[in-house]
Amino acid sequence: MGVAAMGPHASLRGVTRIYPAVEDHSAVHALGPVDLDLRPGEFFSVVGPSGCGKSTLLDVLAGLAPASAGTIAFEGRTVAGQVPEGIGVVFQEDASFPWLTVWDNAAFALRRAAMSESVVRERVDHALSFIGLADFSSAYPAQLSGGMRQRLCIARTLVTRPRLLLLDEPFGALDQQTRLLMGDELLRIWRETGATIFLITHALDEAAMLSDRVGVMSARPGHLIEIVETHWPRDRDSTIVSRPEFGEVTGRLWERLRGESLKALELTGARRGGR
Amino acid sequence: MSRAGIIRLLVVAVALFGLEVACRAGLIDPITIIPPSAMTAGAWNLLVSGRYTQDILLTLGSVGLAAVLGIVGGFGLGYALFRLPRLRRALDPLLASYYAIPTFIFYPLFIVLFGLNRLPLVAIGFIFAVVAMAINTLTGFERVPPVLRRTARALRLTEPATLVQITMPACAPYLLTGAKLVIAYSFIGVIAGEFVLSGDGVGHQIAFAYNNFDNPTMYGLMLLLIGFVSAFNMLLFAWERRFYRRRGLT
Amino acid sequence: MTVTLDKPARIRPRLPHSVGLDRLLLFLAVLLFWQALTWIAGPEVITSPFATVRKLAAIITASDFGGHASETGRAFAAALIISLMGGLVVGLVLGSRRLAGEVAEPLLVALYSIPKITLYPVILLLFGLGVSAKIAFGAIHGIIPVALFAMNAVRNIRGVHVRAARAMRLTPFQIATYVLVPATLPEIVAGFRVGFALTLLGTLIGEMFASQRGIGYMLIQAMETNDTGTIMALALLLVTIATAASWALLRFDPSLHKQH
Repeated sequence: MGVAAMGPHASLRGVTRIYPAVEDHSAVHALGPVDLDLRPGEFFSVVGPSGCGKSTLLDVLAGLAPASAGTIAFEGRTVAGQVPEGIGVVFQEDASFPWLTVWDNAAFALRRAAMSESVVRERVDHALSFIGLADFSSAYPAQLSGGMRQRLCIARTLVTRPRLLLLDEPFGALDQQTRLLMGDELLRIWRETGATIFLITHALDEAAMLSDRVGVMSARPGHLIEIVETHWPRDRDSTIVSRPEFGEVTGRLWERLRGESLKALELTGARRGGR
Repeated sequence: MSRAGIIRLLVVAVALFGLEVACRAGLIDPITIIPPSAMTAGAWNLLVSGRYTQDILLTLGSVGLAAVLGIVGGFGLGYALFRLPRLRRALDPLLASYYAIPTFIFYPLFIVLFGLNRLPLVAIGFIFAVVAMAINTLTGFERVPPVLRRTARALRLTEPATLVQITMPACAPYLLTGAKLVIAYSFIGVIAGEFVLSGDGVGHQIAFAYNNFDNPTMYGLMLLLIGFVSAFNMLLFAWERRFYRRRGLT
Repeated sequence: MTVTLDKPARIRPRLPHSVGLDRLLLFLAVLLFWQALTWIAGPEVITSPFATVRKLAAIITASDFGGHASETGRAFAAALIISLMGGLVVGLVLGSRRLAGEVAEPLLVALYSIPKITLYPVILLLFGLGVSAKIAFGAIHGIIPVALFAMNAVRNIRGVHVRAARAMRLTPFQIATYVLVPATLPEIVAGFRVGFALTLLGTLIGEMFASQRGIGYMLIQAMETNDTGTIMALALLLVTIATAASWALLRFDPSLHKQH
């Protein structure tokens, strides 16, 4: 079920985001300029120091935030103002609705799109068992652990069958071992849906293990300073962390990233100092 | 001053000015409302003439006593509820409906219990205020992060030391909010009592002036009362906000 | 291969049945305390629980009670609509428009902390003696807390929920209906509980000062003739009504229990 597209699945050209000046502070050049092409069906991660604009990049790509300059295209059409059909987003914080059960949460987007109940039921049941939450269908999010809630958010997005899946540090709040296992889950989803995946993470090992390509962003204003190709086989899982090539990839990433991280640290220090 | 503060000042100024103009122009019957400037003049005259000093002091004294008792009693009650969660759960629905009762209806009871003096008024102020303090104290204790208690144990602090050095400072913002409410409710309780069945105090004088169509005195006294309470509240509010902000609570 | 991850670490149990038992025990303890007070202070000062209930029954079955009750009821209903709906609208607007909220909140808090007692003469002068004064009394007591609660509810909407809804391509109307309303409901209901109690209080006070009919009027009569039995009977009636309403509002959304 792959995407048979001729050019890149999504592309950004000269994308910049500048937050205008307000009362207390001057304009913030948060991102860009960024040029990037996403290949259809690839797993692409972005790593970068704090504050470099990774989340802003995802928001702009999804159509959740406007670009101050540059163009974004998805499946050949320009993205502007609203989220295009075919894109799914999983956020960093837990976005599950506490007033709905797990099942109703997963069904939410489909119901709002007025799909017939039989289609909804079929897709939600499939997604929940796929992701391992079928036993908790009638529980409320407050009764689940953090990892399970994130899986619920992923399931909620999966039922809409996105062709491009954007994830903003989805496993940030989880412990290392859970993250490795969740990474395996994500790879499984990727293989079985054939979607293009765009993942933002601050964890180098996660990016290295999961991706076909990893983009390294500079300190703010963030732009891509390098894209590292991993050449992993498609049927990989978390056991590749034991391979020597894995060490090389993470080493290369840190080599490029270290200087930028130091810069970012100094930036935040200068902002906070004098309080 | 922030933009919001300036707008606020303008809104209040325009409202007062509008009222002043409406009164002076005869749009509003002076039997109902007199111009703000006349109110202020009346208030000033009252203060200066000294005719009501006795009443003012009586009222403030009763309010103060009720407030002190309310803070202490409310704190104790709140702490007890914190330590007895079963009691707390059982009381929950009652706490919400407590403020539906006009507590000053028990004024005659208190007169019989305490005699024809200021004590019944203090009692009313107290019972009106104590529950608000208890609820805020309870919330404060509940919101002390568990990690602080664990830190106290790791440092081998005794129970009393933990309470004084860690728990109380952690609760302080909530206790301050509770104290603010106590003061407001003590005022309301005492003055309501004075309105209804008392022979002295500011509340009584306001009711007396109302019954005698003596608007300047009535509004003057009301303005003094409102002015005092507002000034007090603004001080506390500003202090409270600094407290909250410094600790990252909003 | 399906990877089974975290077992449910904490499925929270339902409220233990002992809460009902505890409330019963508390109720009995209160009764005992009340009876003890009666013995200590004498039945002229505090009537016993039994005598109070009997008195209340006598009051309710008296021929004129229906008139008083409906008088109070009608004024209260009108005041309640004003304070709940008015407060809700004001709160929603101020919560969603940041500058307006910032300007208005300290004003609202300041207005709220003025002892409303001091405004009673003004209300009487503005509305005269009668039903509109009572409704005004009731409304001014309840409207500001409801507004503050509603405002807070809107401000506490988690941004990620709105972003998730936009990512799911919901229309603004859908976002309002399916995300904003459920997210703010618990706190708005809490505000309604407080508003209910305070509006009742305000209406009663209005009746005490501005009317010749109604339960508030009955109260002030009892106070002036030192009729302890009636005072306590009516207080009992009020507590019961307010508690029942508060409890009913809590049950309104059953999943509120499970959510937190």
